[in-house]
Formats: sequence, structure tokens, C-alpha cells
Amino acid sequence: MATRQYTSGNLQRKSDFCVTYIPAKSGKIITTIHSKTAVLHGSKLHDICSTTLSDLHISYGRLEVTDTGGQYFVLKARIEAVVKAANPKAVAESLPEFKKHAHYKSREDRFRRSRLYLPGNQAKLMLNAGIHKPDAIILDIEDSVALAEKNTARLIVRNALRTLDFFGAERMVRINQGKTGLKDLEAVIPHNVHLILVPKVETAKQLIEVDEKIQAIRKDCGRKEPVFLMPILESASGILNSLEIAKASKNNVAIAIGLEDYTADIGVERTNQGRESLFARSQVVNAARSAGIQAIDTVFSDVNDEDALRESVREAKEIGFDGKGCIHPRQIKPIHEEFAPTEPEIEKAKKIVRAFDEAETKGLGVVSLGSKMIDPPVVKRAQNTINLAMATGLVPKNWKRK
Amino acid sequence: MGQKLKLIKNAADRKVPALVNGVKAIPFKGVSRYSPKGVKAAPPIRSCNDYPSSGNKVVGSLKEALKKCGVKNGMTISNHHHFRNGDLVMNQVFDTAAKMGVKNLRWFPSASFPCHEPMIKHMENGVIHHIEGSLNGPLGNYASDGKMKGLAVLRSHGGRWQAIQDGEVHIDIAIIAAPTADPFGNCTGDRGPSACGLLGFGLADSLYADHVVVVTDNLVDFPCVPWQIQGNNVDHVVVLDKVGEPEKIVSGTTQITKSPDRLFIAELTAKFVKAAGIMQDGFSFQAGAGGTALAFAIYLRELMKESGVKARFIRGGSTKYLVEMLEGGLTDFILDGQTFDLEGVRSMRENLGHINTSPFTSYNWHGKGNFASILDAVVLGATEVDINFNANVVTHSDGQMLHGIGGWQNCLFSKCTILPIPSFRNRIPIIVDEVTTLVGPGELIDVIITERGIAINPKREDLIKATKRSGLPIRKIEEIKEEVDDLVGAPLDKPEFTDEVVGVVKWVDGTVIDSIFKVNK
Repeated sequence: MATRQYTSGNLQRKSDFCVTYIPAKSGKIITTIHSKTAVLHGSKLHDICSTTLSDLHISYGRLEVTDTGGQYFVLKARIEAVVKAANPKAVAESLPEFKKHAHYKSREDRFRRSRLYLPGNQAKLMLNAGIHKPDAIILDIEDSVALAEKNTARLIVRNALRTLDFFGAERMVRINQGKTGLKDLEAVIPHNVHLILVPKVETAKQLIEVDEKIQAIRKDCGRKEPVFLMPILESASGILNSLEIAKASKNNVAIAIGLEDYTADIGVERTNQGRESLFARSQVVNAARSAGIQAIDTVFSDVNDEDALRESVREAKEIGFDGKGCIHPRQIKPIHEEFAPTEPEIEKAKKIVRAFDEAETKGLGVVSLGSKMIDPPVVKRAQNTINLAMATGLVPKNWKRK
Repeated sequence: MGQKLKLIKNAADRKVPALVNGVKAIPFKGVSRYSPKGVKAAPPIRSCNDYPSSGNKVVGSLKEALKKCGVKNGMTISNHHHFRNGDLVMNQVFDTAAKMGVKNLRWFPSASFPCHEPMIKHMENGVIHHIEGSLNGPLGNYASDGKMKGLAVLRSHGGRWQAIQDGEVHIDIAIIAAPTADPFGNCTGDRGPSACGLLGFGLADSLYADHVVVVTDNLVDFPCVPWQIQGNNVDHVVVLDKVGEPEKIVSGTTQITKSPDRLFIAELTAKFVKAAGIMQDGFSFQAGAGGTALAFAIYLRELMKESGVKARFIRGGSTKYLVEMLEGGLTDFILDGQTFDLEGVRSMRENLGHINTSPFTSYNWHGKGNFASILDAVVLGATEVDINFNANVVTHSDGQMLHGIGGWQNCLFSKCTILPIPSFRNRIPIIVDEVTTLVGPGELIDVIITERGIAINPKREDLIKATKRSGLPIRKIEEIKEEVDDLVGAPLDKPEFTDEVVGVVKWVDGTVIDSIFKVNK
């Protein structure tokens, strides 16, 4: 009888690896590597294979690796995936070095104007993602990853979190629904993921379940930093329960809407005008505001239509959203530019902030601008406007001195 | 086979042979250090006694033309590469020579392409002894593996003109594929079913070769005007059914890169050119047809429009984007070296400001100046750059010869040479400690622009000062290198080079700047 073999990867995919493992009960481990750049990478490839197998306590069998130009952390993840496919109960991990640049922190109230979705099994797209300066990078293990690649994608995402520099972008992961999602959490929570996107949330209970699992993992791995949550509402029920969901966890920093599934759920076509989702989107904005968190709009998926993207961001901003999802780095700049405050908004905000500073220096309890009294929330909004303007380069950091 | 030759160290500390394919070679002396004396080469005197007074030089076939040129063993046959990967002529020429039983020819193209893979067969059967010209793809691998009988000699476009003019390479028979020609041999590339724009790379061949054969599939009545190659230099005209595949000669649309990283690099490059104060009224630049270079031209165009700046001239590789700039009043002239798309070809026919150039006007180092040094900025590629800004364009880090030099070396003499390049390709870092093959000395390379930052050559204090407060990500080259090495897991293994030479790289003045050694696989 032929021995079963386990494969992770695809020979056709460039800048990746394809790994096949045939387990054995005795003998030795035989590793075969096919690489067009063996002259340059041969010794390192062998080295990575043997240390990874040894981390996973594998001493017997055959390992065949085809190199199409992927990064080493991907090779490690694919080897771990095939070994775990062969031994589903194995718990050993083979972790790449946790790089210094992967340790930075996030903040609850940071901007989340743009969040760039990247398929969790395509590391090639992750390598330079940070240089395009999105507010957040989402390593996705859910809808952009085929079922057969889920187990590998989870490990690639884990390894990417330890290895790559995202240059200050918030480090997000979108997990799967249900039990698979809980497994995803086990893989990523110990590795400085800042925020978990929870898809297709319909009830507060679903979110609480995720949150509790996260807290348990945090305790196990000794993680002190909080893990933020962003539930995505993608159905009629989710929308109708939005307030409850938004308030379900203190770790919620934003709620998002996913229109592809939502429009399917209510049985309408998704249009560019978006009349069919106006109610749902307004509901999400109101629930978010009520819970004191950010409201994040759906993904704009036509990469080639920048004008339509800009129009869609302007509309989102008008409705009250703080951010928009994107799937290509080219979309980031237009999103930031459209979310940026206008010149009159900036001037007004500057006046308010100056008036506030003045009142503070003078020790006045009440802030006033001309004959008008200004409430604290207005000051906070003005400060936000200034921050946004600074982030877009419209206002220099030292604007008060000018 | 690779050759075990006596090697000497040149001024760049690279080991080079003193004898290249049996001819004495001068080792590189340093940038601008070598000025030869003497007179130029010249073709033999000819007489109208030997040419038909009717002006009709059409002969029946390639074979007849070669026969009339007295083709024999050991001769040098040359051609231009304006048909790029759509050339249908040169394989036929060597097939014909093979049938005529001729051996040991030297092929001297201005560049070769993957469509020329059949030449391997002619090297195997002894028809071709070796190739001197850029070697890409399969031909590059063949030569890298040491299978070619002679050394590969890699020259820049300007260096090729220099070699012909200085008598270093004597062409016996020049084949000039021409999209349109008359029976007298006047010909042009700007019209006809195989239109390729211009024929500048064939100009030296037409002036200096012993025999010149024009091959066309579009014979028009005398005179073919305006002509690019003058019939008075042509011996014979051959008419074939088809000389090129138009879609492989020029593409209908030139593709801008879609890679977000390359677009990012192109945008940074345009911003740098502006921030450094180069983008001023009356300035000039050169950008070729690579995806990043095209995107750079488009970003720069937007910045020029915003600032109301107009260029005096742009050097191409012309493309529809340069044509738009010319027709939109953003430049007075395009000085075109080769035409990359159909819009470029049209513009060449229609616009008085779209000027034909040749390697003589643009690049030749042994002349009374050239256009390349007048340029305010050029944007070029590279396979490797080292921390001293030395760059390589002919080999990859694994030692394989895969690219020609083109006009690259010649362009290094512009006032600001910028290399916008990705900082890594798969797991291969582009910034290295030492280039595998030295093609361009670091003292001529001013700026490296990667997606991870801009490195300015410390020698260019003026550029460093000008861009200090620009907000651009200007970093030390070592810093970018360290970041990328960490990402891709460098250091890499080094290819194990044998002491067998398989090729040499010439500098613009004909001296030998580096050797390419066979890799022990």
C-alpha cells in the first residue's frame, strides 16, 4: 500500500514554496530540494528544513521542497503544516525569530482610515505592504484563503507576525468563524497581533466567546497587552443587533460592515449608489457612536476605478464612517486624502484648539470662541480633526508655533 | 568553452584578460583616463563602375547577396536589433550561410533576443564561432556555461559604435533589415508593415562595413524619403515576404507596471527629481520603456504640469507617454534612440520635434562629445548595486549572463544618474557588498531609489543638501542593505567561480572593465 503524502503549496505559485511530506516510522529523514537559485540559497534551504523538522521532532520520512522564490518563514510554515497534517495531534511549533520590529504597540484610539486586506497564504504581498503606509494591515485567514490552505495560512500569518516589519501599521488578523476561528486565535494571539477582526458576527454572544478565548490564551502565554476587537456585521441580524454587539466587549475599538454578504442576505444587488445599504450603514455608525467606538465601512473592491473609490470614501465620510477597507496598496492614498479634513474644517478646528489652550493657561473652566461657549466633545472633535490633518500632511506637527 | 587566460588587474581591481578573442585588449584605466590616438577605420573605396547605373541593386535572394558579398569562413556578420524579438531575418541569414557551407563566422548584433535561440544550433555546428553582442535568455545561458567557442564581448551601444569606428571590430557584411526601402538601398524604419521607428543602431554598420545588404518586405520606388540609412552605402537589396513580426517589434500599448512597489519607487523617483531641483524649465531627462521607467515618466509629467515646467528635450526609447508630453507641449523635443510603441513610430513620422538619433550622436565616447552627458537626469535599471554604488546589469548574483548593456554605461555620464530598483527580488537582495560583475563604476552613479528608501552617493553632497528637507526617505545605502538582508535571510551562498573566462565587459572607451567567469555548478 502506498504511503500517504501531505502537500502544502502549489508549484505554479511564484515567490513561494511547495512542500510534500511522506511520513515513515523508521529510517532517517531524506530532504530533496529543487531550487533554481540553489547556487545562492542551497545551504540555507537545507538548514531551514533540518532545523524546522528538528523543532517538530520529526526524524523519519521524506521531505520534498520546491522553491519558487518564497521567504524562509513561509517555508517553515509549510513544513509545519504538512507535518501537522500527518500528525494532527502534534503540538510542537517551529517559530522563526521574533524580530524587534515586530514588537511595536497599538492604541485604542488610533486612526483606522485604511485597512489593507492581504490573503494569509500569500506572503509575497505582505513583504512590502507596510511601505505603502496603510493605517492597518489585515492578514486574512478567512474568505481570501481557500479551505485547503487554511491550516497553512494560519501558520504563515503567525510567522509573518513574528518576522515582518509593517512599519507602524496596526497589525490585524481576520480569523475564521466558529471553531476554526478559535484555532486561529491560538496561533496568532501570542505574537503581538493588535486587533482581531471577527467576521459575520450576528450576536453579542459570538463576540464574547471570541473575547473569552483571547483572554484565556493571553493568560496562558503571559501577554500583557490587550487585544482589540473589530466585529464585522454582514447580515440583517448582525445589523439589527449592532448596538448590543458594539457594547459587548471593552476590547471593541470599532465595528465594521461587510456589504457583499449583507446585500446577499437581504436579497438585493449591491450597487455603486448604495441605497440598498444606507439603513445598515447608518445603523452601524450610530451603534458605534453610541458605544464610543469607531465605525468602519466595507471594502471597495474595484482596484482600477480610483474616481469611484474616492466618491465612495467621500460618501462614507458623510455618513459618519472613520475608515474604509481596501485590497490594493494603490487605494490607500486616495482613502487617506478623502478622509482628510477640508481647509475650512481645519481652520475652525485650529481656532477651537487654540481657544481651549488659552482657557487652560488662564485657568478658565469654560472655553469660549467669540461669544460662543464650546463644549468638551467639540474640543475633542477639533483635536481629532487636527490629528487627522497632521496624519495627512496638511498641517505641520508644530502648527501651534506658526 | 571557457578560456584559461592570463589575467591582469585593471584600475578597478578586477581581473581581466589582455587578449580577447585573439585581439590585444587594454585593461580599464579609470573613468575618463584613456584617450587613444590614431585615425578611424574606413570602408574600402568603391566605384560606380561596379554598381548598376539604373540604381537598382535588388538581388534575388539572401544567398545571392551573401555570395556577391564574397562570404567566407571567419567573416564578421552584423545587424541592428530594432526588430527586437520580432526579427525574422538573422536566423535566415545564418541558415543560408550554413547551407553555403560557411564556417566560423562571428555574429556581431547590436543586441540578441530569445527569438535568436536557433543560433545555438549554428554555434554547435560550427557556422558561428562566437557572438559579440548582448546575450539574453538561452544564448546567455549557453555562453555562461562556457559552451561558446569565443569569449562573449559585451559592449554598450556607444561602445559598439566606438569599436567599429576605432577598427576594433571590422564588419565584413552588414545586414540591415529595413521596414521600407527603395531599390537603391535608401531605407527607413518609420513606415511599412514591419515599422520599427528608427534604424540608428544600424548606422555605423552601414558606414563602416565592407559590404552592406538591405533586407526589406516593403520595396518602394526610388526615392524612399526621408531615408534613415543612405543607399550610397548599400551594396545589395533583398526583398523577402516578411522581415519581422510587428507585434513583437513594437507593441500597440506599452505596459506600465502594475506592481504597487514599483509604482511606489517610480513616484519616489519623480519626487526626488523635483526635490533635487532638477525639474526646472528647460531641463532634460531620459527614461526608457521598462515598467518602472514608464511610470516614472508619468509621475514626472504630473509634477511638471503642476509646477508649469517644460523640458527642452527628453531622450527615449520613445513611447506614447513621451509622445503625449511632446504633443501636450511639455517638451520641445524627443531625441529618440529606439521606438518602443506604435505611437512613437507615428510621432516620428509626424512631429518635427521627434528627432532620430544614433549611438554616434548620443553615446559614442570617441567623438567630439555626445548627448548623454548633456542630460540633467537619467533613470536606469540594474541587477545589483554595491555599497560603493558600483552597479551590474549583465549578470545575476548567480553569475549567469542574462542581459545586455544597452545604452546603460553611456547614460551614466548624465548630470544625475538614478537607479530606481526594487531592494530585493524573491530572496535575492539587490544591494550587495560587491557586484558580481562590474559594469558601471560607483563614481558615476548618484542615487539608488528603492521602495525602502533613497540612497544618495556620498560624493554628491549637492544632492544630499538639496533634498535634506524634502521629507523624502533618504537613508544610508548600508542601512537599506541591512534591512533587506535581514528580510531575505542574507548572506547568501557565493557562486563558485572557476578561473575560466567566458566573457568580458567593455567600458565606453573600449578598455576591459571586468571579466565574466564560468560558474562551477
